[in-house]
Amino acid sequence: MLGLDKKDSTLMLVVIGLVIFAPFLLNPFPEGSAMAQFNAGYPDLMQRFVIFGILAIGFNILFGLTGYLSFGHAAFLGVGSYAAIWSLKLFTLNVIPAILFAIIVGGFFAWVIGKISLKRSGIYFSILTLAFAQMSFAMAYSVLTPLTGGETGLQIKNTDNPLIGGPTDGSIGRANLFGAEMGNSFELNLGNWVFTFNLGYYIAALAMIAAFYLSIRIFRSPFGIMLRAVKSNQNRMNYTGLTPKVYTLYAFVISGMYAGLAGGLMVAMDTQVGPERMFWTASGEIVIMTILGGAGTLIGPVLGAGSIKYMENILSKINKDVLHQWFAFLPDGLEDAMVVFADIFVGKQWHFTLGIVFMLVVIFLPGGLVEGAQRLSARFGRKKKTDTTDTAASTPAE
Amino acid sequence: MSKSNFTRRGVLKTGAVAGAGLTLPTYLRADGHTGFTNAPGDSEVVLGFNVPQTGPYADEGADELRAYELAVEHLNGGGDGGMLSTFSSKVLDGTGILGREVKYVTGDTQTKSDAARASARSMIEKDGAIMITGGSSSGVAVAVQALCQEAGVIFMAGLTHSNDTTGKDRKANGFRHFFNSYMTGAALAPVLAAQYGTDRKAYHLTADYNWGYTTEEAIKASTEAMGWETVNSVKTPLTQTDFSSYIAPVLNSGADVLVLNHYGGNMINSLTSAVQFGLREAQANGQNFEIVVPLYSRLMARGAGENVKGIFGSTNWHWSLQDEGSQAFVRSFGTKYGFPPSQAAHTTYVQTLLYADAVTRAGSFAPCAVAEALEDFEFDGMGNGKTLYRGDDHQCFKDVLVVKGKENPESEFDLLEVVEVTPVDQVMYDPAHPQMGGAEATLGECNNGA
Repeated sequence: MLGLDKKDSTLMLVVIGLVIFAPFLLNPFPEGSAMAQFNAGYPDLMQRFVIFGILAIGFNILFGLTGYLSFGHAAFLGVGSYAAIWSLKLFTLNVIPAILFAIIVGGFFAWVIGKISLKRSGIYFSILTLAFAQMSFAMAYSVLTPLTGGETGLQIKNTDNPLIGGPTDGSIGRANLFGAEMGNSFELNLGNWVFTFNLGYYIAALAMIAAFYLSIRIFRSPFGIMLRAVKSNQNRMNYTGLTPKVYTLYAFVISGMYAGLAGGLMVAMDTQVGPERMFWTASGEIVIMTILGGAGTLIGPVLGAGSIKYMENILSKINKDVLHQWFAFLPDGLEDAMVVFADIFVGKQWHFTLGIVFMLVVIFLPGGLVEGAQRLSARFGRKKKTDTTDTAASTPAE
Repeated sequence: MSKSNFTRRGVLKTGAVAGAGLTLPTYLRADGHTGFTNAPGDSEVVLGFNVPQTGPYADEGADELRAYELAVEHLNGGGDGGMLSTFSSKVLDGTGILGREVKYVTGDTQTKSDAARASARSMIEKDGAIMITGGSSSGVAVAVQALCQEAGVIFMAGLTHSNDTTGKDRKANGFRHFFNSYMTGAALAPVLAAQYGTDRKAYHLTADYNWGYTTEEAIKASTEAMGWETVNSVKTPLTQTDFSSYIAPVLNSGADVLVLNHYGGNMINSLTSAVQFGLREAQANGQNFEIVVPLYSRLMARGAGENVKGIFGSTNWHWSLQDEGSQAFVRSFGTKYGFPPSQAAHTTYVQTLLYADAVTRAGSFAPCAVAEALEDFEFDGMGNGKTLYRGDDHQCFKDVLVVKGKENPESEFDLLEVVEVTPVDQVMYDPAHPQMGGAEATLGECNNGA
């Protein structure tokens, strides 16, 4: 199908299925039940899942294939976001030009930074990218305030007057696709369940499916093999008369365009940009997402991104009050003890839980969540293993 | 996304532990067909408390959350009722809001606008929150306020001091009780002039971001109107921890007052550095050298320790105030948590009560009706004396406290003393004031959402 072999086609279909039916899959618990706390099927989080999925897929093209660890990827996300919001503010409220503009700007920015950073490899490359990203953050935060809005960031205002089709009644413009607003949702009530189908989500999902397809094609292409060659031995590549730098630069720019796309989508879904999107911890988060899911695998980064966003948005909202409700059936003393114990892992401590999960994965499943899935399927002896990884690159990233 | 499988599995396991069969009621979702976003059901109403639980302002966030929990308790008729008895409006009777029990959800803003908006959106989209409140920095407040405007819920700002929140970024669905940079300048300048004379040369060190800019602008304008001269102003990076290179040039600049437009950890470091350089004992232009910190908080005063002694600044509220409302609040807060509340706790507690009161007076949860009830609302008994919620920019106008680091503190909470209560008339300004975004800044239309 579309130039994919059978295994990849299956994977592609699985991803498409998951993405389309996400509103059902992510809302397994009925409204009003105690477990509804764990439902993730609301528009904002679903959008975040796919957007950060795109970001991680893009990062994985660079890191998973060439082994170049960029520690400044959030800068491309941020630059893409700023590009998109300016397009919405000045050009048109339609999201398509905004997203395209974000991809172009993200790619261009990546080309400039890549040109310089790729002069070095290994840790020096990582430090260079980190330095550039922090520089971008600092500039967006203060020096470039007229362009970036500084700490408060940029939003669409009622004073904005885009070139094509802004609101005329003085209301605040909303991002739309030929008039259909990103926030438009259709709610399906089935018994106690409520499923939300959000236009913005499906646009982002479409972008992710395209991004995922492209990533498979890159992984399987001769270009992808060249990128793997860079990872395995650059010297040997040099001796055979190939220039690794050209390939790494392409990979870097492609990866930057993916980040730009993610940034553009973020703005399209939620019309606001702040500089902390470019802070170094945001770059670190992308690295963690990729490693948690499985660097060098196709689906891994998406899983990693999803897990982190889930913890950030769901775990962090479980407070003592909620815990007391859960454990209310226990006797008083025991209830309090359970609440105190459980409180260590949820609410503001979600970073702690994330840290534990990350450590466990890195120690016991060096290939990330994907390796966990493989082991499980091997254990339970499915007749045919759906191998989601790419065998050539399943070695953990150094 | 695709990770849903995993989560679901993990979740089911967790569910077994938590007793998956429990059918405890949690939060009702709004049906969305009653003319506004997240219209509450008949039995309960959900408020969203969005505060920093991690990051640089986590301490303030924790105190805000305590105050919110206290407010909910009081609204539902628990505890001693706190300020309900001193509040000039008497429509709140401890039976929740409009007969519905108050429930709440919490979230972590991480002091990042992205995280804050994600958290607020999940409260609105998933938990059906009818009002969002909180925030400990202006960037977050402005971001979440814009989101609430778009989604059609009310935003009651927490600790945010930048002019922009109700200045150039004001929104019809957003309300701020806390004071702002302009008021700080207007309140502080006369006191400074009285203490240090009108023939002074000021040197500003300003945190390099929006709040720093608006504060510097406000202090400059007010002090220059008193006859002071501004010698120089230097921007310092927000992440700066060592200020010695910024402090060293101050003494030879010809200035005799140093204004530190810093907040939180920045202020603690820059003030400590300035004191270590001997600025307090120094003489310049034949006068004693002085230091001023425009915005004080108790948590900052505690961080800077000895160094705050005798240094002037402003604050929204202080627990040592002797009026009835403040005392009632300090009593209930102290009984519940064992220590006095901070100004962040005060403003969030008051905001929650004001919201509940406005809903009750309006007889509806519809944001536009609530906004109308809040606009130009005058009240008293909330710790700041007579207060006006101005309809033009949704900013509260009340007396401003000028404080000074206490010379002989009696406890770790007793660090500031109130020097003067600047009457509200002195800090009043025109809604179209240039520092507030000028005539261009408008609230826009209020939004009821769905």
